[in-house]
Amino acid sequence: MENMEYLFSAYTVVWLLIFGYMFSVSRRQKAIDKKIVQLEEMGSDA
Amino acid sequence: MKKTKLERAELISGALLFILMPLAIYMAFIYAPTEKTMGDLQRILYFHVPCGIISFVAFFVVAGYSIAFLRTRNRWYDRIALCSAELGVLFGLGNLITGPIWAKPAWNTWWSWDPRLTSMLVLILFYIAYLMLRSFVEDDDKGSRFAAVYAIVGIVDIPIVYFSIWFWRTIHPTPVIFGGGEDSGLHPDMRLALNICFLTFFVLYLFLLFVRMRLEKSNEKLREIEKKIAFSQN
Repeated sequence: MENMEYLFSAYTVVWLLIFGYMFSVSRRQKAIDKKIVQLEEMGSDA
Repeated sequence: MKKTKLERAELISGALLFILMPLAIYMAFIYAPTEKTMGDLQRILYFHVPCGIISFVAFFVVAGYSIAFLRTRNRWYDRIALCSAELGVLFGLGNLITGPIWAKPAWNTWWSWDPRLTSMLVLILFYIAYLMLRSFVEDDDKGSRFAAVYAIVGIVDIPIVYFSIWFWRTIHPTPVIFGGGEDSGLHPDMRLALNICFLTFFVLYLFLLFVRMRLEKSNEKLREIEKKIAFSQN
């Protein structure tokens, strides 16, 4: 089993990219949902 | 609560991924035979190649929806193009980063200014610039039209990336799937493993696209609420 560190690094990079992107989208989604709820509450109060 | 079409598509593609991803890993690491000269290092290509091809698919989707947007002025087409561009860059980066990791032990260098590598780098930089452009310009019809034209111009680089192997002298391996032919030397089990990985990455692309489109829908809703509030305050 030669060059296993390269094989491991390559697959790690792909997983990090995918999970990093999903994390970023989910954070953006949460922030927008929160803002929508806040604005809707503001609208119903007014 | 009743699920929207987008949420259903997200659920179905997510469920498919749940089956396909472990299968792809099994195919790449266990099912596919070890290559004679490169050994296990060659297994990097089961993720490296699909990353590259899916980034091409994503950029074609960007161009297709940009053309559709220019023809119909449907804002949703413009949004899909934006979502797909993000994913094209994501998969393209996966391809660009795993390539040098394979190249270091195989070529004894991390990077070579080879036509294939350079044109791929240019393609990714072009669409990173597209995403930056989208975040800088005004989010109106004019800005979207400008971005759509820019995105369409970008796909000119895809055939250059793909055919660079035949056009110029290059150290990059020749393709074994599209244009490789039966005598490409690829073992049938390796071909099957690679095809499963292609399918898995395509479903992954669809899943991420649906997730990203849901975010864009929420973004649109937020903009509408903000407009309504601004209108009521005037």
